[in-house]
Amino acid sequence: MTEVAIIGFAQAPNVRATAGTTNGVEMLVPIFHDVLRDTGLAKSDIGFWCSGSSDYLAGRAFSFIAAVDAIGAFPPINESHVEMDAAWALYEAWVKIRTGEVDTALVYGFGKSSAGDLRRVLAMQLDPYTVTPLWPDSLAIAGLQARAGLDAGRWTEREMAEVAARSRADATTNPAAQRSGPLDVDELLTRPYLADPLRAHDCAPISDGAATIVLASAERARELCARPAWITGIAHRIDTAALGGRDLSTSSSARSAAADAGADGIEVAELHAPFTHQEILLRQAIGLDDRVRINPSGGALAGNPMFAAGLARIGEAANQVITGQARRALGHATSGPALQQNLVCVLEGRDS
Amino acid sequence: MSEHLAAVIGTGQTHHRAKRLDVSMAGLCREAIDRALADAGVDWPDIDAVVLGKAPDLFEGVMMPELFLADALGAAGKPLLRVHTAGSVGGSTGVVAASLVQSGVHRRVLAVAFEKQSESNAMWALSILPPFQMPVGAGAGGYFAPHVRSYIRRSGAPDHIGAIVAAKDRRNGAKNPFAHLHQPDITVESVQASQMLWDPIRYDETCPSSDGAAAVVIADEQAADATGRPAAWIHATAMRTEPTTFAGRDQVNPQAGKDAAAALWRKAGITDPLASIDTAEIYVPFSWFEPMWLENLGFAPEGSGWKLTEAGETDFGGRMPVNPSGGVLSSNPIGASGLLRFLEAAGQVMGRAGEHQVDGARKALGHAYGGGSQYFSMWVVGVDKPV
Amino acid sequence: MTTTSEPLSAALNVGFDYTRSLGPVLGRFMTALRDRRIEGIRGSDGRVHVPPVEYDPGTAAPLTDWVEVGTEGTVRSWTWEPHPTEGQPLAHPFGWALIQLDGADTALLHAVDTGTSDQLHTGLRVRARWTENPVGAITDITCFEPLSNPPPAAPSTTDHDTPVTMLTVPIHLRFQHSASTGESRYLRGLAEGKLLGQRCPACEKVYIPPRGACPTDGVPTREEIELPDSGIVTTFCVVNVPFLGQRLKPPYVAAYILLDGADIAFLHLVLGCAADEVRMGLRVKAQWKPRDQWGTTLENIDHFAPTGEPDAPYESYAGHL
Repeated sequence: MTEVAIIGFAQAPNVRATAGTTNGVEMLVPIFHDVLRDTGLAKSDIGFWCSGSSDYLAGRAFSFIAAVDAIGAFPPINESHVEMDAAWALYEAWVKIRTGEVDTALVYGFGKSSAGDLRRVLAMQLDPYTVTPLWPDSLAIAGLQARAGLDAGRWTEREMAEVAARSRADATTNPAAQRSGPLDVDELLTRPYLADPLRAHDCAPISDGAATIVLASAERARELCARPAWITGIAHRIDTAALGGRDLSTSSSARSAAADAGADGIEVAELHAPFTHQEILLRQAIGLDDRVRINPSGGALAGNPMFAAGLARIGEAANQVITGQARRALGHATSGPALQQNLVCVLEGRDS
Repeated sequence: MSEHLAAVIGTGQTHHRAKRLDVSMAGLCREAIDRALADAGVDWPDIDAVVLGKAPDLFEGVMMPELFLADALGAAGKPLLRVHTAGSVGGSTGVVAASLVQSGVHRRVLAVAFEKQSESNAMWALSILPPFQMPVGAGAGGYFAPHVRSYIRRSGAPDHIGAIVAAKDRRNGAKNPFAHLHQPDITVESVQASQMLWDPIRYDETCPSSDGAAAVVIADEQAADATGRPAAWIHATAMRTEPTTFAGRDQVNPQAGKDAAAALWRKAGITDPLASIDTAEIYVPFSWFEPMWLENLGFAPEGSGWKLTEAGETDFGGRMPVNPSGGVLSSNPIGASGLLRFLEAAGQVMGRAGEHQVDGARKALGHAYGGGSQYFSMWVVGVDKPV
Repeated sequence: MTTTSEPLSAALNVGFDYTRSLGPVLGRFMTALRDRRIEGIRGSDGRVHVPPVEYDPGTAAPLTDWVEVGTEGTVRSWTWEPHPTEGQPLAHPFGWALIQLDGADTALLHAVDTGTSDQLHTGLRVRARWTENPVGAITDITCFEPLSNPPPAAPSTTDHDTPVTMLTVPIHLRFQHSASTGESRYLRGLAEGKLLGQRCPACEKVYIPPRGACPTDGVPTREEIELPDSGIVTTFCVVNVPFLGQRLKPPYVAAYILLDGADIAFLHLVLGCAADEVRMGLRVKAQWKPRDQWGTTLENIDHFAPTGEPDAPYESYAGHL
């Protein structure tokens, strides 16, 4: 079986609003340049391209089509697109390399959330017959989940604030971060609720951004990268759509994806948790104990570009391995209301 | 060649109609899925993963509808992927599902594609005008008609070729119980007498707007052998993309389609496609695209695809019947249309195409395209395992 | 007015009243709501789902075993909406809650009207408050309210003889659409009656409008080129079909116009001759609207009209089809 590794990662700065177009071209051109330069590849070397984005984020049908302009996609390219976070595009690319048909793949995701009213747009992901007509926004859905965990004793508001403070502090060393800097937990707990029990610090910012990752087969990875981040396991699962039909205080999809991906011996994990309680929930579901360093990048709480942030988590985890800071790292991505869908990618560095 | 063989072991589709008001979106999908599972002789626990394909979310007004459909798709607790590659998405859904088996990741994968166009209006969704633009767009027909004109000019094809295709595909559709349109009595003359919508494209040369879904079960070699019935072995798949517009772009005979076809034939070990392929399900939403894609796919030299059509070689009894199911011209649930082409190709080599079965079909092409003739996906399936 | 260096942007409103067919399960649920009743469905494991699910989350089996549940229930989780927005159940601050109705095993998401957040808590007993004129939609329940509120007056009822089969869901979203930097220069040029293209530094092709990335080279177009307002029709169609949202009255000729000196054509209108006189290779010139109607849009050019010059030979534009 072909082994697959991550050999390059680049991301655009996470910002509240870019002046660029919703097709992401302005954010993608520089990061394609960066990731190809870093891996020593030309666009003609890439065997497969796969992207993740959303028409509803852009407010237009087929909004992803113009994004291929950023590639300069002529001569034509072998390409596919998922209407999901680009972490699932990475999964599709991983599968493609494993078929043996290609030996390199470039994955990208982009989202310009600032074009619309994101928290209202996300109500369009709910049941279109019995839930969307009430227009609960994404903070309300997350608030219901946070409350469920508080009631079940799975986390406290103080623990949630501590996640926020640690994430913002870690983000000070992340040049792509949108939010960073010191926060005082006691002071945070005096602030007003946005969606009780969620306060502003509990919620990821609304971000524009893009991210890209290059994957390679074993042979190519060894040629192109001194210390590739080998994908030793990658798996994803989805839970029922009925919000009131599952235990919101945990995640069976995250748990089974992690088990399938082999999430043991992890030193550092990048978890795609747009809300503070979701980081705690994911640590519990995936089985990451206190020794595991969580989100050294600051995570989604420091910047959450829709459809790219999950891919960026995997990229940040891979960087931990590629730079030799970790031997075994975990990247996680989520999609859908209240962590409905989860992907876990386990990466490993090897001393050759 | 991939490391693991994969085969279609079951197919299912809905009765396609302009408005399937008797079902919800979930019910529409399940009508196709339940038929595919029954045809494959498998049950839900046998399915390892689900791939859903659909064109723009604006059609149904649901952002990523696979999320709310997870239970109906039998995907809860399983991996679920959502593909969107414009009009080619149904084909891409089949290709992605095949790769999940060819990579050795899964044993049996369910691929589903649907569109419920009656939830809104496709012409509206496809003609939403962003600011600063000239409001000349007029849906897919308005987009493709100028390129059809270019083809006619370039190839010197006689005017009636489009009508021949339309009459043939609609007659074929009359043999397909699932087809949206049943017009057994259509003639070249009646097509030519229909209203000119986007000159040079007439009403009867235009696909309908349909609600519908399609599903296939793709299995690995062991699981396919275990069914004890003919399977459609996947000999090759290919996908290619190019930008919508660029200086010097050939919009009639796009390079992406030519490249995808060349890769497909190479992987399938085919040097003479017209001699090797017994029947083809080609994405023809406007009749003139039959000769255009015959050339693009390498079945005929550039400029002469229309001669195959005119000579009846693409009709039943011809060298290579094209769209024996009636094709997109008879049913067009947009997101599902590509998977319907792939599914019908599989049905032909499995010998389960019913009244529109092409006698002796052993190897077939399924083809889809999308966007501004810029996304291509295709597969070759055969009754024999690939060598 | 934005400054000249900033990209132009404008509102893009996307709205449609979606027409959802309900099918047997959701149709029965909505029909019951119209009668101010709530029905759940029993799953494969015996749990009663409210709202009903069409297929079991565990087994994917179609579900058909109906159970009428209460219109009172218990709050299982909640949050607070301090600033209600368009389309939400109440205009004043309210709670969102997952409510397990009596007799149900799953919880329904809806609004709870307690006035202030300190009156809302997990375990609160609530009842449905019905709208005056139910139609068969989740919004027939205005919201839930604490059982401690005075009970409502008995509602008037209307007999219906046809089941609910359809649901209309208006979805109206507002976006801000931005032009690229290069396109913005071109649009500002149009406002001054100029046609500004840009050359790609790699392939040297002239693009109008300019591109944030040359589609074949992936680098932004750069060197500015002012193009004349004359050119040729490469190919075209005659639009005879009316459709929802159409801005021009059919029939009209939608043509690809290749300006002299440009390497890519754009779509515009051709008028000034009968539709059946438009042909490939026809030489045309822009007909501008009166200057006081100009804005940052290609609509400043009302249409293109034939110049009367000889047609361009086919070979001269064959590479642009």
